[in-house]
Amino acid sequence: MSRVLMRGNEAIAEAAIRAGLKCYFCYPITPQGELVEYMARELPKRGGVFLQAESEVAAINMVYGAAAAGVRTMTSSSSPGISLKQEGISYLAGSRLPCVIVNMMRGGPGLGNIAPAQGDYFQATKGGGHGDYRLIVLAPSTVPEAAQLVMLAFDLADKYRVPAMILGDGMLGQMMEPVELPPPVDPSSIPEKPWALTGAEGREPNVILSFDLSPQGLREMNRVLQDTYREIERSEVRWEEVETADAEIVLVAYGTMGRIAKTVVERAREEGIKAGLLRPITLWPFPYEPLRELAERVPTILTVELSAGQMWEDVRLAVEGRAKTPFYGELGGVVPTPREILSEVKKHVSS
Amino acid sequence: MSQVSVEIPPGYQKVFGRPRALSDAPYTYCPGCHHGIIGRLIAEAIDELGIQGRTVGIAPVGCSVFLYRFYRCDFIQAAHGRACAVATGLKRANPDLIVFSYQGDGDLAAIGTAETVHAAARGENFTVIFVNNQIYGMTGGEMAPTTLPGQRTVTTPQGRDVALTGYPLKISEMLAQLDAPAYITRQSVHDARHVQLARKAILKAFRNQLEGKGFSLVEVLATCPTNFRMPPVEAQKWVTEKAMQFFPLGDLKVRDE
Amino acid sequence: MPKGLVVIDRERCKGCGLCIDACPFGVLGFSGEYNSSGYNVATMLHPEKCTGCAICAQMCPDVAIEVYRQQPDQPKEAV
Repeated sequence: MSRVLMRGNEAIAEAAIRAGLKCYFCYPITPQGELVEYMARELPKRGGVFLQAESEVAAINMVYGAAAAGVRTMTSSSSPGISLKQEGISYLAGSRLPCVIVNMMRGGPGLGNIAPAQGDYFQATKGGGHGDYRLIVLAPSTVPEAAQLVMLAFDLADKYRVPAMILGDGMLGQMMEPVELPPPVDPSSIPEKPWALTGAEGREPNVILSFDLSPQGLREMNRVLQDTYREIERSEVRWEEVETADAEIVLVAYGTMGRIAKTVVERAREEGIKAGLLRPITLWPFPYEPLRELAERVPTILTVELSAGQMWEDVRLAVEGRAKTPFYGELGGVVPTPREILSEVKKHVSS
Repeated sequence: MSQVSVEIPPGYQKVFGRPRALSDAPYTYCPGCHHGIIGRLIAEAIDELGIQGRTVGIAPVGCSVFLYRFYRCDFIQAAHGRACAVATGLKRANPDLIVFSYQGDGDLAAIGTAETVHAAARGENFTVIFVNNQIYGMTGGEMAPTTLPGQRTVTTPQGRDVALTGYPLKISEMLAQLDAPAYITRQSVHDARHVQLARKAILKAFRNQLEGKGFSLVEVLATCPTNFRMPPVEAQKWVTEKAMQFFPLGDLKVRDE
Repeated sequence: MPKGLVVIDRERCKGCGLCIDACPFGVLGFSGEYNSSGYNVATMLHPEKCTGCAICAQMCPDVAIEVYRQQPDQPKEAV
């Protein structure tokens, strides 16, 4: 294993290639430009297909085609581009096609700006397109974790036949950190996909659909999806806890904010405040249970986000009144400093 | 379907039957709809080239939404207009596949114009069958991007007024201006002679793909008797008397090398 | 014996009449019999005129027509 200094965007690209990525389709948008550039440079050299599409809509539908052919495939974008991809993501989910979608979030709504933000949480975790579906949503807070979660995203997508999303932000994408890259996946270890469209030679035709005109038939297709989602909720919830054992206040934050919140916890502890952190790694499935358990003994659960309070809704669903659930957020791409968050923490502790 | 129980007298040889690439499923089209003929010509091309085992079809949104039932080959459903992007993904992921999309005028020439033009411009090596019946069939006969000036539809009840809604898109003429496409042609299936010509064109469009020549598109003028509100035979006269006047038949681009 | 023979799959036929219109010899017509979908199915009204040219089948949108033709080298007596 080699330790190299990489930007988040580049580490995500390299990890995807090492995960066995065969087809990458993109459309340029800031702040994930380095990811596109890295893929353009590296993927063709390593036996993959790089294609810049005419739009985000086309790119996600190319992913849909490549996923149907049975290869590991990915697209990446940032918030406005991800909005355009929602139609295709709904079809991918409905057709049970595995793929990885990277969203390096920026400020919104509309054109917004290119600063880091977390305003796409609802879109990512509640099903951004039409219909009853979920994506597996992984939220790295450091560059090494981003690389690790990209590889996991491909495995989980294939295992459950569900699209998986890496939800980062502009700060993670631009940040440089030393990364220990995992070795490339052995292609033979990627499970077979007997449902893939490989030509019907010697077998019955495979058909990939998100469509059934009969309500009973479509209900069955939906039940398969929902059964899959329940299994993912049982098996794949991931989170990190820091100093929660004796905490009188626990911060909940993910991604870039999760990293900043970790610093806040350290500084609070230095000042004698018993602060802790729960950092969801999977935003869907959300760590409801661990939060509920914390809420049984921690009086205050403070949600900190780069949004007006989107994950906050899930935190309150988990806590269900067992603890106080204040919120601290920033908008428009403004990133709060640890000092600002610490003063917010102090408002909620007795000492 | 019903078994044909007619006794064939000795000395007779079958000269026409269902292509092997077609499944037994009955078509879900209205009586007299040209989709059925075009669909059969595709199956005949698949049979003739012996590619059933490596062909993947892309079923569109619209009257051909059940296309996957009609063939004995792999199939995928595409979102409205996105077939050429899906085809790009499939073919780039596995160049050994023979990929074709089957799209109507609303699908290909309105909501999917960008996907079509750019796939053609890239010279993607797949085959597009473009059915131009000048109307949205499945949704009830609305104006299509190919609806003729003056043509009555449910959304142009007084006839298409070009001052309000402009002129029909001549997609094949547009695509023929691009450098990359291998073959762009417009055909019709309103009589047996033209069916034969359309058959040859579709065969060529698939053969081009086998030979790696790149993007081939066969536009086929067709009827929609239900939404034309005409008996099927009369609807065929519409093709010759009206549609072909605006959309002349013939090859628009043939790149032979 | 006529040169040609047309077999129409009654259940596939939707009675659209394109085959009847296309036949150059007036072989086909509506049978006045209805299939299980309620369509008036086409049939050979004048089988003796059939040459087995298959133009009807070329025009059948439901691929419901099979066409048979007497083998040209077949001696008449053998039929």
